[in-house]
Amino acid sequence: MNVISDPDANSATARLTHLARLEAESIHILREIVAETEKPVMLYSVGKDSAVMLHLARKAFYPATPPFPLLHVDTTWKFRAMYELRDRAARAAGMELLVHRNPDALRDGINPFDHGGLHTDLWKTEGLKQALDLHGFDAAFGGARRDEEKSRAKERIFSFRSAAHRWDPKQQRPELWSLYNARKAKGESIRVFPLSNWTELDVWQYILAEGIEIVPLYFAALRPTIIRDGLMLMVDDARFKFRPGEEVVERSIRFRTLGCYPLTGAVESRADTLPAIIQEMLLTTTSERQGRAIDHDQSASMEKKKQEGYF
Amino acid sequence: MPADSLAKAGATPSAPPAGNAYRPHDLIGTDIDLYLRQQQSKSLLRFITCGSVDDGKSTLIGRLLYDSKMIFEDQLAALEADSKRHGTQGQGIDFALLVDGLAAEREQGITIDVAYRFFSTDKRKLIVADTPGHEQYTRNMVTGASTADLAVILIDARKGVLTQTRRHSFLVHLLGIRHIVLAINKMDLVGFDEARFEAILADYRAFATEIGITHFTAIPVSGLGGDNIASQSARMDWYRGPSLIHHLETVPVDADALARQPFRMPVQWVNRPHSDFRGFAGQIAQGEVRPGDEMRLVPSGRTSRVRRIVTMDGDLPLAQAGQSVTLCLADEVDCARGEWLTSADAPAEAADQFEASLVWMAGESLVPGRAYWLKLGTRTIAARIAAPKYEIDVNTLTHAAARTLALNSIGVVEITTEAPIPFEAYAQNRALGGFVLIDRITNATLAAGMIHFALRRASNVHWQAIEISREAHAAQKGQSPRLLWFTGLSGSGKSTIANLVEKKLHALGRHSFLLDGDNIRHGLNKDLGFTEADRIENIRRIGEVARLMTDAGLIVLTAFISPFRAERDMIRERMPAGEFVEIFVDTPLEVAESRDVKGLYKKARAGALRNFTGIDSPYEPPLCPEIRIDTMAMTPETAAQIIVDYLAAGQSLFE
Repeated sequence: MNVISDPDANSATARLTHLARLEAESIHILREIVAETEKPVMLYSVGKDSAVMLHLARKAFYPATPPFPLLHVDTTWKFRAMYELRDRAARAAGMELLVHRNPDALRDGINPFDHGGLHTDLWKTEGLKQALDLHGFDAAFGGARRDEEKSRAKERIFSFRSAAHRWDPKQQRPELWSLYNARKAKGESIRVFPLSNWTELDVWQYILAEGIEIVPLYFAALRPTIIRDGLMLMVDDARFKFRPGEEVVERSIRFRTLGCYPLTGAVESRADTLPAIIQEMLLTTTSERQGRAIDHDQSASMEKKKQEGYF
Repeated sequence: MPADSLAKAGATPSAPPAGNAYRPHDLIGTDIDLYLRQQQSKSLLRFITCGSVDDGKSTLIGRLLYDSKMIFEDQLAALEADSKRHGTQGQGIDFALLVDGLAAEREQGITIDVAYRFFSTDKRKLIVADTPGHEQYTRNMVTGASTADLAVILIDARKGVLTQTRRHSFLVHLLGIRHIVLAINKMDLVGFDEARFEAILADYRAFATEIGITHFTAIPVSGLGGDNIASQSARMDWYRGPSLIHHLETVPVDADALARQPFRMPVQWVNRPHSDFRGFAGQIAQGEVRPGDEMRLVPSGRTSRVRRIVTMDGDLPLAQAGQSVTLCLADEVDCARGEWLTSADAPAEAADQFEASLVWMAGESLVPGRAYWLKLGTRTIAARIAAPKYEIDVNTLTHAAARTLALNSIGVVEITTEAPIPFEAYAQNRALGGFVLIDRITNATLAAGMIHFALRRASNVHWQAIEISREAHAAQKGQSPRLLWFTGLSGSGKSTIANLVEKKLHALGRHSFLLDGDNIRHGLNKDLGFTEADRIENIRRIGEVARLMTDAGLIVLTAFISPFRAERDMIRERMPAGEFVEIFVDTPLEVAESRDVKGLYKKARAGALRNFTGIDSPYEPPLCPEIRIDTMAMTPETAAQIIVDYLAAGQSLFE
């Protein structure tokens, strides 16, 4: 990565590039949490933001292994390619990988085909709370960015949750300079967002500059698809429940975000390199999260989810 | 393209002229690789916008996002729907809705917090802190300004320089922002009149000079119409200066200048993966560093040389302000989180008394004398604040005497830290002179502070080496020292029980001493009254005296109401683990009041006695005392025996 930007005409000083500044800030945040909390964990969802966050963690603590485990809150419905990269990335980092699957959801066979919103609630929201309580983590790193959604623009970098994991927008602490107050009462926990100030474009540029491995699904390839309710879905395994009349068609597609495969919409694309992806992103006219069914109901829906404990 | 999508979404007359929008670079379509190479050397600028809803601030930010193509079709469609429901622009697109975030706030039609927005031009990534202009939210503006390199102060061209303009300018200046843009907005509503612009400019210049702002850039704009936002407006050909975006793209970033100052890095974390590696991790706050550079650690004063600058991408020959690095030193020196690595030829100073500006950010007001946590750099330390020297009225900018600081008030104070800490003046370096105060009980962030200067240098103060240790004192008496801290309401029975305990200890041949109101209030503390601050100082002194007595090997008993948890906990923390025994003499207020041995409750109820605990001053019961005495359930004699038994059960007290 370029660290020093070209000096401009007004000044002879070397300047750090925007990516160098973002990287330094994220590393500072990661180290603060390790220094000031007892049992941190990194939520690892296998997406591109998680990949960047993991990469930053390895840099922050090098030559030591990052002093916390990775936690994947699994829904059992992720793309197969995600599981493959997850295990490989954890091994490469030398970090412990914890996988949590909500036992209640597992028992009741909760799935995205039959249970709609309940699927996300039980597997992800409940699953996350269970995993944090089970291991007694007092700080959890997440890859959320402020540019993703309107209500996130106001989210702090250190976001405090009550013992019941509730988020109270009125009780959040002011964050000044690069001073983060990580003190908390027993039972309270902090969600920490080291990528808060990154944009989608920054994430892609950093992946390109640092050569970070990401799930191949981000790159265009011929894949089996169907179209349902306006979303283009990929038929990733034999569990896919077809509706009458649905026909699998091979299309050149890629994904802009990754989640549970039956809920994640693909876009038709020929972009099979990082520069092509970035080019497509810069020329496109719809925002990133549109591919996720979760945000569609209302523009304030993310905020409701957050108050309930969704990451 | 934005104009097309707007048309598709059903544009209205308030839609911006198509030719005015900031367009993505042509290279994106033609040569993406070259474009990306150019993008790699972009710099970063953070700025804040100050103004009220009425000044069109949110509209301006929405406009910047729109013109730099940060708004997508789906967002635009959602925006159009929202505009019809909540908008203030009739059937037009309300850009303000793009940036007003949380649902509850949107219902009220006002932004109430700090929101961060991102946009990017071909030269720079820009992060804007959007903060409310409403009077009671000084706190939010100060938060947003703390990370900003530049401030855009909005003025409604119809209204000119208002009280809030002065307030915003003062806060921006207080927070050390050196680049100020005066955006004179709504020029469309004054007929793009140059004379109006010049008049406002003259007004502002007079005021700015008064408060010490020497330099600012004024730009006439229309957020609604996009004039002078992305490109120069044809409707104001009399204006020759830069457009707002052009200015944001080219103004120098302060952080870069810090690279030329002497080296400073607060140690954040000590990296010890194995016995052969010991690195000091931190973000360089000032200066640059190369292997071989001589370092002085502050405050310890130890010195060494930089051996390596370690990163995952290989060792670096040079690192500069802003980078997060790991430094290895040539010698095995002790250095913990909170210490600073500083250049040996221009080392940082350490001090334990400072003058500082303080912005109070919490509902609970400042309590002079109380211990708070102070976090500066990577160091968190106990600190006390004397009564403010004065408070500054942000509207009139006049100074007034003050006993405390309440939410959103700003004052100048003297601060004492428990031990010397390294620092720089805030004016020199924001990261090294800015601090926050944290409540020791609730952990809330209470205030933001900016160090002006040290009141005295701590470097010459050395502890006298003590030859006879506290262990030696205790061993001579054949006992383990203890501090039995009785707390409870007036008339709860603290003194009665404490006296009985001391008699029993005496009979057992133990060396003890009882501190109570009679022997303290008439001597050591006779200069103190009963205000909250005085009561805190009273307890602090008692705690210190008691602690010295335990150093002498004594079992000390104290019998004071000591109503505040923070002070009791502070004394506990000053004691070796296990030596502080908190005894809660628990008597309900009605019972204590009905006993009223000294007739004090009667006086307090009659209003003759102010700040009386339980009546017009709170009592905070201990959350987990070592011993709780329920005086309704036992006699003082039984209570005393329970306490003596507790002491006897504790290890070596009565061996």
